[in-house]
Amino acid sequence: MSALQTVKFYQTGTFTVGNRLLAPEERSVQANMQRTNSLNSGHRACQGCGEALGARYAIDAAMNATNRQLIAANATGCLEVFSTPYPETSWQIPWIHSLFGNTAAVATGIAAAIKIKKQKGQGQDVRVVAQGGDGGTTDIGFGCLSGMFERNDDVLYICYDNGGYMNTGVQRSSATPSAARTATTMPLGPEPGNPFGQGKFVPAIAMAHEIPYVATATVADLRDLENKVTKAMGIRGARYIHILVPCPLGWGTASHDTIRMARLAKETGVFPVFEAEYGEVKSALAIRRPLPVEEYLRPQKRFAHLFGKTPAVATIARIQAQADKNIRRYGLLAKEVA
Amino acid sequence: MTTATLETPIQAKPAKQKVMLVEGNEAAALGVALARPDMVAVYPITPQSSLVEHVAKLIADGKMDADIVDAEGEHSVLSVLQGGALAGARTYTATCGPGLAFMFEPYFRTSGMRLPIVMSIVTRDGITPQSVWGGHQDAMTVREVGWVQVYCETVQEVLDTTIMAFKIAEHHDVMLPVNICLDGNYLSYGTSRVELPNQEDVDAFMGAKDVNWHVALDPLRPMAVDPLTGGSGGKGPSTFVRYRKGQCKGMQNSLRVIEEIHEEWAQRFGRRFAPLVEEYRLDGADYAIMTLGSMTGAAKDAIDEARDAGRKVGLIKIKTFSPFPIDALLKSFAKIQALGVVDRSVGFRWNCGPMYQETMGVLYRLGRHIPSMSFIGGLAGADITVGHFHRVIEATEKLLSNPAPIEPVWLNEKD
Repeated sequence: MSALQTVKFYQTGTFTVGNRLLAPEERSVQANMQRTNSLNSGHRACQGCGEALGARYAIDAAMNATNRQLIAANATGCLEVFSTPYPETSWQIPWIHSLFGNTAAVATGIAAAIKIKKQKGQGQDVRVVAQGGDGGTTDIGFGCLSGMFERNDDVLYICYDNGGYMNTGVQRSSATPSAARTATTMPLGPEPGNPFGQGKFVPAIAMAHEIPYVATATVADLRDLENKVTKAMGIRGARYIHILVPCPLGWGTASHDTIRMARLAKETGVFPVFEAEYGEVKSALAIRRPLPVEEYLRPQKRFAHLFGKTPAVATIARIQAQADKNIRRYGLLAKEVA
Repeated sequence: MTTATLETPIQAKPAKQKVMLVEGNEAAALGVALARPDMVAVYPITPQSSLVEHVAKLIADGKMDADIVDAEGEHSVLSVLQGGALAGARTYTATCGPGLAFMFEPYFRTSGMRLPIVMSIVTRDGITPQSVWGGHQDAMTVREVGWVQVYCETVQEVLDTTIMAFKIAEHHDVMLPVNICLDGNYLSYGTSRVELPNQEDVDAFMGAKDVNWHVALDPLRPMAVDPLTGGSGGKGPSTFVRYRKGQCKGMQNSLRVIEEIHEEWAQRFGRRFAPLVEEYRLDGADYAIMTLGSMTGAAKDAIDEARDAGRKVGLIKIKTFSPFPIDALLKSFAKIQALGVVDRSVGFRWNCGPMYQETMGVLYRLGRHIPSMSFIGGLAGADITVGHFHRVIEATEKLLSNPAPIEPVWLNEKD
C-alpha cells in the first residue's frame, strides 16, 4: 500500500484517520460526508475495543465500495454479541449472525444465491462479506474458510484477530501469541503462558490457496485498512483480510492504548502488514521506526510474567526471533529504513 | 386414510406422464429437478452419493437451472443453503448417517430460522459398529429438532414426495425445513417403474416461489438475522417463548398442509398417497402391526396372507413421522385391541424402537388400554422379510390374551 501512502508535507500526521484538509476525493471513507456508519453508535463493545473500530472502518469501506449493496455474515463472538442484543442492531446493512464455525459457508451460500438469481434475472448484484474473530476464523471455522478459498467463492472474509477467545473469557486460540497468558495458558510451570511452536498464521495459509487477494492490516493504520478493503471489493473471487485488533480486556492494556499497541505490533515486526495476490507477496507496509519486541510486550499484562523479578530474557529473545523472521520474510525493512 | 378437501378442486388434467425405470436416488433427483430449486449444495456419502451425482448431472446437462456448491463437508452444506435461502433461493441437499450427524449444528438452526430447505435423508444406520447400510437410526436421532420428516414406501412415492416437500416447506403456515426419508439400499438403489410428471404440470402445482418473505438477507429489506435473544431479564423470556411456540405451531399446521398438498397432488397427477397415516386392511381387524418406510411392502404381503388364513390383522403405516400424527393415529387405534410396532432403529433410552416409544404416548391419550409391543428389525441393511412379519403378526396376536412383553423382539437376531 506504500503507493497510496505517499508522504506529503502538509500531512497532519502519518497515522491520522480522516483528513479534512485533503480534497474530498482523497479523503478517507470516515472523513467522507457520505460515510455510512455501518456499525453505528450504541453497541456494547468495551471501551477501547479494537475489533469495533476495525469492523466499523472495514465495513464502511466495503459499503462505500459497493454503493451499499452489501450483506455481512458474522461468526459468533464479541462482534456479534456486542452489536446485536435483541431487539437492537448497530448494523446498517443486512446482517446475519451465522454459527461460530460456518460463517464462510453461509457467506458462500448468500453469494451463490445472488449469482444464480442474477443469472435468472431475479435480482441485483449484491456483494458479500464474512467476518469473524480469530477463534471463529483460525480454529472452529477454518475448514469452511479453506473450502471457500479453494472454490474461490466471491466473498471477502475479514478476520479480526485479537489473539484469543475474548468473548468467552480470554481462552487460548490458535492465534494466541507465544508466551501470552490466557485463561487456558496460565503463566505457570517450566514454560509459562502459551507454548512456542504452536498456532497458525492464517494469512500465509490463505496465500497457499492462491486466492486473488490476501492482506493484513492493523487498527493503527486505518487509512491502509480502508484502502485494502476498497481494493478487495474491486476484485471477484475469494479474498481475505486479517486485521490485528488489540483487546484491552484480554491483553491487559489501557483502553486508550489500543491504537498504540497495534502500532507497536507492526513497528516491532510482531505483526507483518502486507498484501499478496495469487499467493505472492506484492507489497508490505514498511517499519518506520524499528523497535525491540520488549516495547510491545511490556505494556501488556498477558506478558507480565516475562518481566518479573527475573526477566525471562530467553523467552523475550525467542519472541524477538519470531519478529525478526517476519521482517525478513515479508521485507518489512525495505527502502525507507535501508 | 384421512383426506383433506381443497377449497378449489383441481380441474386440470395432467399431461401424459413419461414412464421410466429408475432407482430411488435417481427418482429423488428427478423430483428435485422438477421442483426447480435455485441452489443445491452437496457432499457425497453412502448410500446418498448417486442421488447427488444424478443432481450434478442434471445441472451439467442444462436440465436443471441451479447453482451447485461442492462443499467441503455436511456442516458447510447446510450452512451454504441457509445463506442461499435467506438470500431468496429455493434450496436442496441430501445426506445420511454420519453426514447428518456432522451437520447437526446447522440442522438444528435451519428449523429455528424457519427456512424452507428440503433435504433427502437416504437413511443409514448409526456409526459404530461401522456400517454403510440402511436403517432409520440417523433420521430417528434428529427427530426432535423441528424438521418435518416424511418417510416413503416406494420409488414413485420418493419422486412425488420430493416435489411435494418443497411446497409443504414453503407454505406460509408452515415455513419449516422438510426431510424426505428414503430407505438406504432398499429405496436408494431399488430400481422401479415410475411415472414422471410433466414440467408444466409441476410448475402449475408449485406456484410462485416465496422462500424469504419472513426473514431475509436483502439490501432492500435490511435486518439483523438471529441476534442474541433469551436470558432471564427484560423481554428475553417472552421473546424466546413466542418464537418457540411459533415453531410448534408451524409443526402442527404442517399436518393439515401435508394433507392438503397430498390431496392436490392426487387430483393433479392421479396418484394418491396417504399423507400422514395409511391404514391397510384395518377394517374388521382385531389387532394391527405398525410400519414405516419401505418395509411396508413386505408387511402388506404378510397381512394379505394372514388375512387369507383367517387372522384378523391389519396394518398401520406412518408416512409423516415428524410432527407425530397423533390424531390420525388415534382414529386408527380406535379400531383395534392390540398393536405391534416394527422399528428399523433403536431407542437406547427406552430399550425399544423409537417409533414404538412415540406410539406409547399416543396410546396413553386413547384413554383405553391397548397391549402393545416393540419389534426391532432391518438394522444396518438387514432385510425384514414376509417371514419376519409373520412372526410379528403371531406375537402381536398373542397380546390379545397374554401379557405384553417388556423387552423388544429383535427380528434379525438369529438370521
